[in-house]
Amino acid sequence: MVNDVCYATLKYDQPWTLDNYYREGGYEALKRVLDGPMDRGEIIDEIKKATLRGRGGAGFSTGMKWGFMPRDAPGQKYLICNSDESEPGTCKDRHLLRFNPHALVEGMIISGYAMGATVGYNYLRGEFMKEPFERIEEAVREAREAGFLGENILGSGVDFEMHNLIGAGAYICGEETGLLESIEGKRGLPRNKPPFPAQYGIYGRPATVNNTETIASVPTVMRRGADWFLEQGRPNNGGTKLFCVSGHVNSPGVFEIPLGMPFKELLGMAGGVRDGRKLKAVIPGGTSMPALPGEEMMELDMDFDSLAKAKSGLGSGGLVVMDDTTDMVEVCLRISRFYYAESCGQCTPCREGTGWMHRVIKRIYQGKGSYDDIELLEAAAGQIAGHTICAFGEASAWPVQGILRHWRHEFEHYVEHGRSMVEAAA
Amino acid sequence: MTSQRLAYTYLSDHQREAIDSWRARFPDHDQGRQSAVIQALHIAQEGNGGWLSQQMLDAVADYLELTPVRVYEVATFYSMFHLHPVGRHKVNICQNISCMLCGSDELVRHIEQHLGIGLGETTADGRITLVPEDECLAACTGAPMMLVDEHYYTDLTPEKATAILDSLE
Amino acid sequence: MSANPEQPDDQVTITIDGAEYQASKGATIIEVADANGVDIPRFCYHPKLTAPANCRMCLVDIEMNGKAAPKPMPACITAIGDGMVVRTESERAVSAQRNVMEFLLINHPLDCPICDQGGECELQDLALGYGRGISRFTERKRVVDDEDLGPLVETEMTRCIHCTRCVRFLDEIAGTSELGALHRGEHTEIGTFVGRGIHSELSGNVIDLCPVGALTNKPYRYTARAWEMLSHPTVGPHDAIGSNISLHQVRGTVKRVVPRNNEAVNETWIADRDRYSYQGIYAEDRLQEPIARDGDKWQAMDWQEALESVAGRLKEVAAQDPSQIAAWVSPSATLEEQYLLNRLMRGLGSDNVDVRLRQADTRDGDSPSPGLGMPIAATEDVDAALLVGSHTRHDQPLLNHRLRKAGLNGAHIMALDTRRHDWNYELSEELVAHPDQLARELALIAAAMAAYVGRGVVEGLHAYTGGAEPGDNHKRVAQRLVDAGSALVMSGDAVELHQGGADLRALTALIAELAGAHHGQLGTGANAFGGWIAGAVPYRGADGSPARGMSVAETIADPRRCYVVVNLEPEHDCFDGAAARRALEAAETVVVFSPYVTEAMREYADVILPIGAFGETAGTFVNAEGRWQTFAGVGRPIGEARPAWRVFRVLGNLLSLDRFEYNAPDEIHAELQGLWERQGNPSNGGWQGRPAEPWLGHGSLVRAGNTAIYGTDPLVRRGEALQRTPHAGAARPTLSPATAQQLGVNDGDWISLDQGGPSVRLQASVDDALADSTVWLPAGLEGTAGLGPVHGPINIQRT
Repeated sequence: MVNDVCYATLKYDQPWTLDNYYREGGYEALKRVLDGPMDRGEIIDEIKKATLRGRGGAGFSTGMKWGFMPRDAPGQKYLICNSDESEPGTCKDRHLLRFNPHALVEGMIISGYAMGATVGYNYLRGEFMKEPFERIEEAVREAREAGFLGENILGSGVDFEMHNLIGAGAYICGEETGLLESIEGKRGLPRNKPPFPAQYGIYGRPATVNNTETIASVPTVMRRGADWFLEQGRPNNGGTKLFCVSGHVNSPGVFEIPLGMPFKELLGMAGGVRDGRKLKAVIPGGTSMPALPGEEMMELDMDFDSLAKAKSGLGSGGLVVMDDTTDMVEVCLRISRFYYAESCGQCTPCREGTGWMHRVIKRIYQGKGSYDDIELLEAAAGQIAGHTICAFGEASAWPVQGILRHWRHEFEHYVEHGRSMVEAAA
Repeated sequence: MTSQRLAYTYLSDHQREAIDSWRARFPDHDQGRQSAVIQALHIAQEGNGGWLSQQMLDAVADYLELTPVRVYEVATFYSMFHLHPVGRHKVNICQNISCMLCGSDELVRHIEQHLGIGLGETTADGRITLVPEDECLAACTGAPMMLVDEHYYTDLTPEKATAILDSLE
Repeated sequence: MSANPEQPDDQVTITIDGAEYQASKGATIIEVADANGVDIPRFCYHPKLTAPANCRMCLVDIEMNGKAAPKPMPACITAIGDGMVVRTESERAVSAQRNVMEFLLINHPLDCPICDQGGECELQDLALGYGRGISRFTERKRVVDDEDLGPLVETEMTRCIHCTRCVRFLDEIAGTSELGALHRGEHTEIGTFVGRGIHSELSGNVIDLCPVGALTNKPYRYTARAWEMLSHPTVGPHDAIGSNISLHQVRGTVKRVVPRNNEAVNETWIADRDRYSYQGIYAEDRLQEPIARDGDKWQAMDWQEALESVAGRLKEVAAQDPSQIAAWVSPSATLEEQYLLNRLMRGLGSDNVDVRLRQADTRDGDSPSPGLGMPIAATEDVDAALLVGSHTRHDQPLLNHRLRKAGLNGAHIMALDTRRHDWNYELSEELVAHPDQLARELALIAAAMAAYVGRGVVEGLHAYTGGAEPGDNHKRVAQRLVDAGSALVMSGDAVELHQGGADLRALTALIAELAGAHHGQLGTGANAFGGWIAGAVPYRGADGSPARGMSVAETIADPRRCYVVVNLEPEHDCFDGAAARRALEAAETVVVFSPYVTEAMREYADVILPIGAFGETAGTFVNAEGRWQTFAGVGRPIGEARPAWRVFRVLGNLLSLDRFEYNAPDEIHAELQGLWERQGNPSNGGWQGRPAEPWLGHGSLVRAGNTAIYGTDPLVRRGEALQRTPHAGAARPTLSPATAQQLGVNDGDWISLDQGGPSVRLQASVDDALADSTVWLPAGLEGTAGLGPVHGPINIQRT
């Protein structure tokens, strides 16, 4: 564990306070950026050089995304922080909001300035309305009191205001345009793209959406430099990242580790597979990413490119570890239920397809399925992916396709014998 | 119409002030006003025993000067809004992947048995509603877990969970 | 950069399925495909609505600069680019379309034979081309509860495919946002959520928009199949738009009405009034044969006998004093009917023929011709408009639709009336004044305008302003109209009904003139402009020659011995129903030409002749912009009824009048058209034609109103479904809070009202939209028939 970036304050008893954040160099980056102030393009170049990639799931280059904003054009622009953390298996942003909220506040101000945005909204999922919301609200209050928010920050002539908002229970609001719709007080229906948020964000004005962890990483990049950040990880995979290790491990937890660390090592940090059982499967980046067999995972490194090569993805960094007692058909059923329940219902393939997939899997799980059903499931997943308005289509299809790719025989066993081939754990 | 505005009939001064404070976070234009609807519904729901009656929905629409159906759409889209009466406490037991792997199904069975109700039901004394939950509640490293009102309880065992529920008024 | 040097900069070239097309930059693929007859399947897309691209049926393969898009793209929202190559029939595109079709069908019932949409269903049609032979979906299909949306639109929501066309229509076109997409995911349902129904005056269009059988026509439901009906083009018979419609009929019986596309007139929409009023054709009180009074009894007669009797009576009166005959004719009668009636009357020696049933004040006999003064389609491009005494949304629903478009685009649409109305968009200014003060308000606007354009003092204006200075609101209205590139100043139904309407019209004309704006004057009826052209007005003949006849108002005030009444019910259709009826009851001879027979008619009439109703008669309507639209009759009128033009022709023959040997309505039409074309542009009276003395007002509690949307004429009043909507039913006299308090009336109280005659008992409403000392009580609603003038003094008693 390194805890140099997002988890820098974790060593303190009250890691969320401004004082403790100061002790870890908090707001130094902001002061440096605002001294002058620094050229916006330079900041963006620094972020690009650090190869900071989106921590929410897509892993897109943050600097490049910022570059899409018409940063010097007149008119209101917005920075949106996506704290709608809801990718199953992921619980890092909730920790970040509770334990190091000032990293996010400082990151918001710097990021906002870099893109010419003077207003930032931090959208938290509704379930975070108590502790995470209260901590980040308090941090905003402290920052405002310290003169880091508002007009003419630290006499720099730069204005920035940050507001926290809460949602009300809808996974789809984690999709960036669904989130923008939700901020506008609507159902969280993802938009067709183009136009992209940097052209048409909220209220018809440009906006950029970044994940909480991404933004919270920005102050460290600016304080310690792009080179330092890049060196923490691997080329094109700069920095450290938070990984949430849950499921069948002895010591589940959220760990800040350098990108590129072998999975084997991360599993060790989490105490290894529970009760010394055999590792069967791992979902490496939240349920939208296809599960991989344990043996394959043990050879992989935790960075964006390595996992993409293995036909899965780093996603949000939510690792779900499964031991040999796990029934992969049941896992598939549970995941499909989630996507079925969370489809926004706007476009046909997802609205109709997620329910269909779920029902077919259920039929197989109940021992009433046929070989045709397995093929049908595969076909339905293929019919959804690539045909929807947003990436939810893929998110619902990939896990099914992934499990079928590696554990088809478990489905076939259900068809043949009407029950699971996995013996229940003792 | 001269009939008393719904917003003033069904929302308290305090609630309207709370909505105003949210409105202040958004730009002062029609679209900005609509932005406050989710927060306003949370406020209205909290003041109405945890659920949103049609009057409350209409009152929010009236206060934010929105077409009622826009408010209905939002209220029916987001799962935290309840459109029927609920118990004094809402309990969501996460059953998503990480929690499932760590025994959430057994936890649910245990709690259902303990309370004598199924998911989606409310205890006869109106104390607890077991809210069906399909989303992951983002506390996977503390699985299995549950949300009681706005509070997270993690690393549960059936015994720990029932003790927590028994302590609710 | 254009690849082709010959190509204009705003044009690009794209290839669809191997063929090259030129199209405007910014167009979408589907627009180019539609314009060139390339078929791309779709459900959610509609050219008049925003495109959500949610059905995913129109996915096509795209290649740009030699690079294929990674995924098939929706043709409905993908903008074209120069050199773009589109394949609608590639394997990937067709597979995407088939996949989407399979998804759509899994939860859609496959029981087309029992669905009302069967045979005209977009889903059914496309499923033939893109569906699988066998369903792979074996689960139970989703069942969705139906919702009662009111008497016009039937729901079968299990059939809904969530295209949201209906939701978007009510948001974007109707402006009422009554439907929403509720819940989410597979459980998404279209509905009102609270069972309020849909009440837009354009609601029926959702039926045409719905690609499946989820929203269907309630009165029509299960009465016919699409393929057994014949489509008969005609024109909407209720307002000055003249919406293009088709009657769908089986063996001469109209089963339903649907819009015909005409971009210049109604685009692709129609008002509910035009869609559902056809039910009135089959009302129970249709008169089947000629009848005549015989003492206290009514006797049926054959046509010959009846017409001879009528001719005899008319001749007798005419022989003594032809000016004792007056003819009142519906402003929704056809041009041919109005023209022949005009010729009959002039032939008898009387100029007393008039279509202006609702015009209370005819002191400006030479008043401007009714009409919009500009093309209907151009009204959506105005920069400003002032609507005087016009609840355009109900009076002329599709004109309101155009003005709404202008308003949403930033035009200043403004209004002056005795109340605020229920608009479906935000007006820039809505002035409310007591009926006595309307002229003063207009005069102040005109004065502000004269000052703004540097015209100085306008002669005659002081008589209306009383020397008062314009307020900021008057100045705003004046300046916006003057500053507008294109503006419309228009008076409406409430001005017609106003007892000082001549002053209001003159002032409206003055404002239009000062602003350089188009000037419109619209009352009720589908053919009021036609009545003017046909010479069915007392002060001009069809050839434009001046005449000195008496108006409806004058023949009510100064009753005649003999009346000819054509297709109206005076107690509902005249500005002062009670007085009109008194005049008829006192007359020696009343001849009624009507599709219907009512108890009232049996009391005042001597002979009642059954004429064809809407749909049963060929003819022409001239709409507000002066467009002549001719239509044929669907079939024979019911019973022994005859088209009115034919009846008038025979009557002309019996009266031995010249040139009455018409064989068909087109001969009449051609003759009138010749007369009209020779006249050039008729002059509008305008400010110079203002009354010598301003009308001073009543100075007391005054009734004001307009004509209820579903009370405009006998046909719509018999439209059974329309009469069950909240826009019809019992009248609710409405008072301002201050006036209600003065009178001790509370909202919901039953009150008794009278205008000098018998009183009626109605339930009061209190609404701050009203001017003080005003009782808003429209005509054409249940309970108002016995009352006096729509604009005039009224007494209220609490009961």
